[in-house]
Amino acid sequence: MSCYRGKYSDELIANAAYIGTPGKGILAADESTGTIGKRLSSINVENVESNRRALRELLFTTPGALQYLSGVILFEETLYQKTAAGKPFVDVMKEGGVLPGIKVDKGTVELAGTNGETTTQGLDGLAQRCQQYYAAGARFAKWRAVLKIGPNEPSQLAINDNANGLARYAIICQENGLVPIVEPEILVDGPHDIAKCADVTERVLAACYKALNDHHVLLEGTLLKPNMVTPGSDSPKVAPEVVAEYTVRALQRTMPPAVPAVVFLSGGQSEEEATVNLNAMNKLKAKKPWSLSFSFGRALQQSTLKAWSGKEENIGKAQAAFLTRCKANSEATLGTYKGSSSLSEGASESLHVKDYKY
Amino acid sequence: MACSSFVKLNAASSSWIAGHHSVNHRTGSAARFPTRRADELVKTAKSIASPGRGILAIDESNATCGKRLGSIGLDNTETNRQAYRQLLLTTPGLGDYISGAILFEETLYQSTTDGNKFVDCLRDQNIVPGIKVDKGLVPLPGSNNESWCQGLDGLASRSAEYYKQGARFAKWRTVVSIPCGPSALAVKEAAWGLARYAAISQDNGLVPIVEPEILLDGDHPIERTLQVAEQVWSEVFYYLAENNVTFEGILLKPSMVTPGAEHKEKASPDTIANYTLTMLKRRVPPAVPGIMFLSGGQSEVEATLNLNAMNQSPNPWHVSFSYARALQNTVLKTWQGRPENIEAAQKSLLVRAKANSLAQLGKYSAEGESEEAKKGMFVKGYTY
Repeated sequence: MSCYRGKYSDELIANAAYIGTPGKGILAADESTGTIGKRLSSINVENVESNRRALRELLFTTPGALQYLSGVILFEETLYQKTAAGKPFVDVMKEGGVLPGIKVDKGTVELAGTNGETTTQGLDGLAQRCQQYYAAGARFAKWRAVLKIGPNEPSQLAINDNANGLARYAIICQENGLVPIVEPEILVDGPHDIAKCADVTERVLAACYKALNDHHVLLEGTLLKPNMVTPGSDSPKVAPEVVAEYTVRALQRTMPPAVPAVVFLSGGQSEEEATVNLNAMNKLKAKKPWSLSFSFGRALQQSTLKAWSGKEENIGKAQAAFLTRCKANSEATLGTYKGSSSLSEGASESLHVKDYKY
Repeated sequence: MACSSFVKLNAASSSWIAGHHSVNHRTGSAARFPTRRADELVKTAKSIASPGRGILAIDESNATCGKRLGSIGLDNTETNRQAYRQLLLTTPGLGDYISGAILFEETLYQSTTDGNKFVDCLRDQNIVPGIKVDKGLVPLPGSNNESWCQGLDGLASRSAEYYKQGARFAKWRTVVSIPCGPSALAVKEAAWGLARYAAISQDNGLVPIVEPEILLDGDHPIERTLQVAEQVWSEVFYYLAENNVTFEGILLKPSMVTPGAEHKEKASPDTIANYTLTMLKRRVPPAVPGIMFLSGGQSEVEATLNLNAMNQSPNPWHVSFSYARALQNTVLKTWQGRPENIEAAQKSLLVRAKANSLAQLGKYSAEGESEEAKKGMFVKGYTY
């Protein structure tokens, strides 16, 4: 057997392809309890279950939004939550043609002997957890590996260990019916230029695909969630067309056509930046045998959060802001986004937090 | 391989090794370590990977060419080798279907009887001259009777010389045997040798054709071939990346994914196309401009039918041919070493070249093909 060909093969291939449907993308709403707490406190909302539930309900029940989404990544708590009226969130999604996904990693820990580099935990008991999540309605999973660029980073150790972790996670997911999103995020922090980011991204992705191949992962039943190739956060910005060119070239050099789609992370870009960059990639005339879409967290929710501010009377306004961003990113996957003449508050705000920790 | 781990140990990746600068810190470059002459390499690769065209492989060593000549009763002399290659390379209209020709070293320096350099004849037809640079297969110690490919010593200076003479691409053929395993050692050596050769070639202006031939020998089913092919190509691409090879400036020469020659069932062209394309999609990054298949003992018609089946819908890379026996078999038999047969022999070369050109475009039909062209050319334990 060259790669996974078990009872879930056909389903994995179909679901991965569906997520990459042009015009659709992923809402990453899988902030851990701690992280969502930071979001809520930024709008002076208490970090309690009912508020976390209320925020997610606001997003998932936005009229007209689900048509622009093929998947939503959830945190474990959310997978089992319901609307105020008692309807399970997974049912809301299924009715809207959206696949529920689940964050399955258990965060990062430092690698001894390195300069603060990390590896990601979560393999213990992963198979059983995947089975439970599948039973609860999840059809894809996500695991975030983190690498950084520095004078001596990323080290070969960090690259190898994170790639191996991603590969183990991926095959375990597939054996249990979940499409694995492979996420090797290279943080944007640093003074490096875009060429350096491209170099590192290409090396990291080459290592990831080598590991996935060694572990017999069915590539047609996976997705990639990489960073876009951009200058470091302390370096001058470049035009979206340049981001597009470097990013697409990095993927051309590393990503086999068997993988159906790329769902980019936004990694601290503002809502508008992330959309415009994705749009430029889809306008670029180049060999792109995979679809290029989004899996945005902050870049889909920022202005929504600000508009809501935890107040019920603001739900309409907040949902309107969310719909705007969903539609914009949908257009960006088709290369038809025209830019926003009147951006809502927060849409062009940089969401970069130095040395960001989930 | 020892070299590579030595480099890793000294790369300042650990805070326990103080005071080293990473070799990876380069700014402002489009590649990790900018490949010299990258633009020319990319242009050459694109020219070879042009629609409706493929490669004529005539790089048989003198010994192997001797076997070909012997099969039609000719002695293996330089004159005869020159006469045969002249017949092929001066075929009028060859450049319509052929984008590159791989030569053996002797041939690179030869001329027609009129005194025109072979490389010039090729250039005039818009055919890129290429050169075989490996030094053949030898037993791999510690393996399961497997081989490895020699040729890295002095490769840089040889490549530079070949470039001066007019070559613009190179070829290096290593093999993997399924009946022998293949062992992890043999696969690693094949992949690493190819990666080193590719980096050195690019550094000296030659587009490397990357050829890990998975031999047809064996009775294994097509699924096993797929498994081995995926393993081999995964390793090849990983080491190519480690050696900082520019993918836009290479070409691949894979074997098609078929059952072993002694397997009880033959596979149809559609099955072969399906398995082969699955393998390519799982392993070949779109940056690679062209994939030029070897024929490896298939009959002329088989090789063409299989290529045609692979081109029934658009692929992210040019999918074409680099055939030796599958282009030359009928030509040799038509020529028989007689000058009066040259024109007929050249015509028969064009027939095969045109058929494969159509196959590259997905438009070939086997109607009207001769019986000779359908004869299989598998030789068990075939050595070049």
